[in-house]
Amino acid sequence: MSPVSNQQGGMRGYPRSDGRKGIRNVVAVAYLVECAHHVSRLIVQRSGADDVHLIGFPGCYPNKYALEMMKRLCTHPNVGAVLLVSLGCESFNREELRRTIDASGRPVDLLVIQHAGGTTRTLNAGLEIVHRMRTELARQTTVPMALDELIVGTVCGGSDGTSGITANPAVGRCFDWLIENSAACIFEETGELIGCERIMAARAITPELGREIEVCVEKAANYYRIMGYGSFAAGNSEGGLTTLEEKSMGAYSKSGSSPISGLIKPGDVPPRGGLYLLDVVPDGEPRFGFPNISDNAEIVELIACGSHLILFTTGRGSVVGSAISPVIKVCANPDTYERMSDDMDVNAGRILHGAELDEVGREIFDLVQKVASGAPSKSEALGHQEFILTYKQFEPIGPACLPAA
Amino acid sequence: MTGIRPVTNHNSGRLPPLLLLHPEDNILVARRDIAAGERVEIDGASVIVPNAVELGHKLARRELAPGTRVLKYGAPIGSMKVGAARGEHVHLHNLQSDYLPSTTRGEGTDGH
Repeated sequence: MSPVSNQQGGMRGYPRSDGRKGIRNVVAVAYLVECAHHVSRLIVQRSGADDVHLIGFPGCYPNKYALEMMKRLCTHPNVGAVLLVSLGCESFNREELRRTIDASGRPVDLLVIQHAGGTTRTLNAGLEIVHRMRTELARQTTVPMALDELIVGTVCGGSDGTSGITANPAVGRCFDWLIENSAACIFEETGELIGCERIMAARAITPELGREIEVCVEKAANYYRIMGYGSFAAGNSEGGLTTLEEKSMGAYSKSGSSPISGLIKPGDVPPRGGLYLLDVVPDGEPRFGFPNISDNAEIVELIACGSHLILFTTGRGSVVGSAISPVIKVCANPDTYERMSDDMDVNAGRILHGAELDEVGREIFDLVQKVASGAPSKSEALGHQEFILTYKQFEPIGPACLPAA
Repeated sequence: MTGIRPVTNHNSGRLPPLLLLHPEDNILVARRDIAAGERVEIDGASVIVPNAVELGHKLARRELAPGTRVLKYGAPIGSMKVGAARGEHVHLHNLQSDYLPSTTRGEGTDGH
C-alpha cells in the first residue's frame, strides 16, 4: 500500500518565476575559473552563513556544457541569489550567465577581480553584496508545496555487497511511492547500469524509449572500455562486489519498479512526475576523460536537472553532501552505520537483521518530506557543501527520449 | 586496507547467516561475517565454509564449474574463471566480468 503524504500543509517552497519552488533559499557564490576560486571561497567563509554556498567551474577554456550547467545551477529553485566572481581574462561567458540569472528574476551581481583591484578589494565588495542579498532573501515568503512539485535524485557511492540488498531497494521503494504521489525521480550513472540494459528497456513507457536506453548503456560501456576502467573502485571489491554487472544490478534496484518515463541528459528538467534515467556519459569520441570523476560530479548533474534533494546510498560509508541541494545518506551496511552514524540519516543495514524493506522505505519517504520542509540532513548540518564541475560534451536528447504523457 | 570488521556482536543470532536473493541464483550472500570452518546450512544440507567470508560477500550455493554463469538477483553477474566448491567464497579469484575487468587497489594506470 502506498503511503500518502502526511505533511498536512507541511511542505513549503520559495516560488520562482519559472513556476518551480525551492526548498532552500541559498546565495550561490560562483567562481568562473580556478583563478577566482580562493577569493570566492573567502567570501563564502567570511560571510559566516550556512546558506551561502560555493560553486564554480575551474576551466579557462570555454565549454558549452559547463556554461549550460552553470545556468541551470544558478537558476535552480533552491538558489535565491547569485554572486559571480571572475578573474577577468578567462573565456567563460560571464555576461550570458549573468543575463540568464537576471532574466529569472533573481538578484545577481558580478565581480571581476582584475577590475575590482585584487583579492582584498574583491573580498570586501563580495561580502557587502552577499550581505545585501541575504537581507533581501530574508524578506521572501514561502508558499505551500506539494509532492508533485518535488524532484528527487538518487546516487550511490562507496557501494559494497550490502548496497544492492538493503539501501538501494529501500530507496527504490521510496521512489515508487514518490512517483505514485506524482513527484519526479531521477536515477543515473549509465556506466553503472551496464548489464541491466534489457530489463531497463522493458520498463520504458514506449518501445522507442526502450531502444534509446539500450543505446545509451551501449555508449557507456564503449566509453568505459576506452577509459580502461569500469566504474568500479577498490572499495567495491573489498566490500564483496566482484564485477561491474554485479554492482550494476545492485545500483539498478534504486530505481524501484515504476515505468521509466524518460531518458534525460545533464541540465534537462523532467517535464512532469515519473521516473527518469539520467545519461551522464558524454557523447562523441571520449575527449575530456572519465565521465564523472567522483560522486559529487554526479550529484551536481542531478541538481542541474532540478533535483531538490538527493538520496545517497552507501555501503562503505561516504560523508559528502552538496552545495545547493541537501543530501540524505542511506547507509546499506549495518557495521558501517555503527562506525559512522553521525554522518548517516537512515540505517538501511537493519534489513540484514530482520527489518522490513517497506519499513525502511517508509522512513526514507517520510524523511524526504521532512528535509523538504526545512529540516537539515546530517551532511547538511555538518556543513558538507562539496561541488565539482568539469569539462564534458553532450548532444541534445532525441525526440524518443521524452515521450508525451 | 582490510575489509569490514564486525563492530559488535549483532543481535541476529536467529537469522540465517546466508541470503538467497532469487530462487535461480547459484550464489548466496553473507548477512554477517562467517568464520573459516563455520558450519552453515545450504538448501537443507550442512556445509563447512572453508575460508572466512565477510558481510556482503558471496559464496557458492552449489559446485560451480569453470565457465559457469553466476546468477545474483536472478541476473548474470559474470562467469567462473576457475571452479568453486559448494560453500566456497566466490570473488575476484574465481569470478570475472563478462563486460569489463574489475579494478583493485595497487594496480597501476592500466586497468586491463
